[in-house]
Amino acid sequence: MAITTRQFDAVVVGAGGSGLRAALQLAEAKLRVAVLSKVFPTRSHTVAAQGGVSASLGNEEPDNWHWHMYDTVKGSDYLGDQDAIEFMCRKASEAVIELEHYGMPFDRLDNGKIYQRPFGGHTSNYGERAVKRACAAADRTGHAMLHTLYQRNVRAHTQFFVEWMALDLIRNQAGDVLGVVAMEMETGEVMVLHSKATLLATGGAGRIYAASTNAFINTGDGLGMAARAGIPLEDMEFWQFHPTGVAGAGVLITEGVRGEGGFLLNKNGERFMERYAPTVKDLASRDVVSRAMATEIKEGRGAGKDADYILLKLDHLGADVIDKRLPGIREIAIKFANVDPAKDPIPVVPTCHYQMGGIPTNMHGQVLAGHSGGAIVKGLYAAGECACVSVHGANRLGTNSLLDLLVFGKASGEQVVKDLAADVLSHQDLPKDAADRSQSRLARLDSAKSGESVHEVGAELRRTMQLHCGVFRFPDSLAEGVRKINEVVQRAGSLYFKDKSKVFNTARVEALELENLVEVAVSTMVSAHARQESRGAHDRSDFPNRDDAQWMKHTFWYKEGNRLEYRPVQLKPLTVESFEPKARVY
Amino acid sequence: MAEIDRIRWQCRRGMLELDLLLSRFVEQELDGLDPGQLQVFKELLNEQDPMLLAWVMAQEEVPGRYDFLITRLRQVYQ
Repeated sequence: MAITTRQFDAVVVGAGGSGLRAALQLAEAKLRVAVLSKVFPTRSHTVAAQGGVSASLGNEEPDNWHWHMYDTVKGSDYLGDQDAIEFMCRKASEAVIELEHYGMPFDRLDNGKIYQRPFGGHTSNYGERAVKRACAAADRTGHAMLHTLYQRNVRAHTQFFVEWMALDLIRNQAGDVLGVVAMEMETGEVMVLHSKATLLATGGAGRIYAASTNAFINTGDGLGMAARAGIPLEDMEFWQFHPTGVAGAGVLITEGVRGEGGFLLNKNGERFMERYAPTVKDLASRDVVSRAMATEIKEGRGAGKDADYILLKLDHLGADVIDKRLPGIREIAIKFANVDPAKDPIPVVPTCHYQMGGIPTNMHGQVLAGHSGGAIVKGLYAAGECACVSVHGANRLGTNSLLDLLVFGKASGEQVVKDLAADVLSHQDLPKDAADRSQSRLARLDSAKSGESVHEVGAELRRTMQLHCGVFRFPDSLAEGVRKINEVVQRAGSLYFKDKSKVFNTARVEALELENLVEVAVSTMVSAHARQESRGAHDRSDFPNRDDAQWMKHTFWYKEGNRLEYRPVQLKPLTVESFEPKARVY
Repeated sequence: MAEIDRIRWQCRRGMLELDLLLSRFVEQELDGLDPGQLQVFKELLNEQDPMLLAWVMAQEEVPGRYDFLITRLRQVYQ
């Protein structure tokens, strides 16, 4: 079947912060750029980032990138690559000031400089005390960032393909990437976008968990595409969780609730944090609280008919205090948990928030071909949450996600410009079977007359991940999880939906998204099962300590054979002395 | 029908809260909207995510033409 083909210098998949920042670099270099996005760019998930973006501007008090680098290395629990971390922290001020010049409405000090506020984990003088390093635009930093970058792209004539979904990468015999196959949702039409460079910026895949703060669009499309094309996924066992998301919905309940005197109860009405952290109780750090909650649920003391959530009680504070000190909480609980917290406790569970792992890249956004050496996949780049560069290692520091997408969005864009100028990349001949994988995926879905429900298989995948590979991981449960997720893989091979129409067929899109989530879920489960230590966000009951001798290395998961390989952490920064691993205590 | 399917997709947002509210709304209420209300709903979907959420959460004043829909949106979860 003939298939429409269009040529571009570069194709960017995803129009969140990293995709827009990369596209801007390309468009301003006068390249022909196509940006694909499932939703209108300013509705990308970056819009949900509230906290801010960190940079050692030193506008409020002395600060420098060395301290920021130290905080990031320590925060990563020594799994972050120190060359990439140095690169990011050194570029941070420039990235923020550049955005300011593009018109980003940062909050300001009386003297006109960008206002900065403190944020967890950011310190001065190598951990001495908290430092004001986060730059923000009220509580809408991500939103302001998307708007600023989108407007700038329009000015630079970036071409947007809105409501398009990329399906698969096109690779030739040599392994070079020559573009993507994509589907226009409005028509269901499939097209080949033939490009010299392809940049994945598809964000995280937090929808693999039943409890997730991620928007529905966060289905790891870039990761699925990479995995199917034979590209490994790095450090997928590391996912950041927040202790209190509304059970069943995922919407966050701020930690301020416990700060104001709210506390957690199990099904027996016991204030269990007294057992896990006798002095600070419910105000213990996030990981301690999450671990205690997971243990209560695992040991059968969860509330509800399935004993699968914890109760957050705050009615004893009284309606007046709740309304005054915790504005919005009542509204959120009523809307998303169906309880009025002035009367009843809110059902909560540890909730997935951010993906530290992803498509392996070097600090120029070039995708690594494998676990050993520096060989890259020619023509392929990745940036932002879908990529693993790795600056977050085993645990991301707050405000470093927006910084990551600015710095590595730009760096990957710059690398594409450089590679194109040096004639490293060209429009190589498309292989005859360029669109075959995507077309056979679609043909199978469209011809299926019966099979598994997308909704049910998706729910089983999310339940399995939540139960067996959540915030705190138990050995028997992980082993069972590997078995169960492989069953999900089997079931996902025969998805079926009734409505076969071409126009905005959400059922078809969701089936394609589920195929991507499956790759992410399997890589996460298998990587987590194998890592026999606790480090950062990967927390195992049977191996409670970090084991630098055995495990200071990155996991590389390959779809083919469900195989794992490892790559040493880069401990050597670019110009400064290495930060040697020590216990991560705050 | 195609128009409704487009609207359904455009309820996919950048913020989880809106995904939840809008998907419920579409399930419970979309069929009951008259053509005029449907047109206003399409306009509402073109608004910015943080604004939409602020209206539903009663943190910002709702423009008159959206009053009806925002009121309905506030009710879907109750």
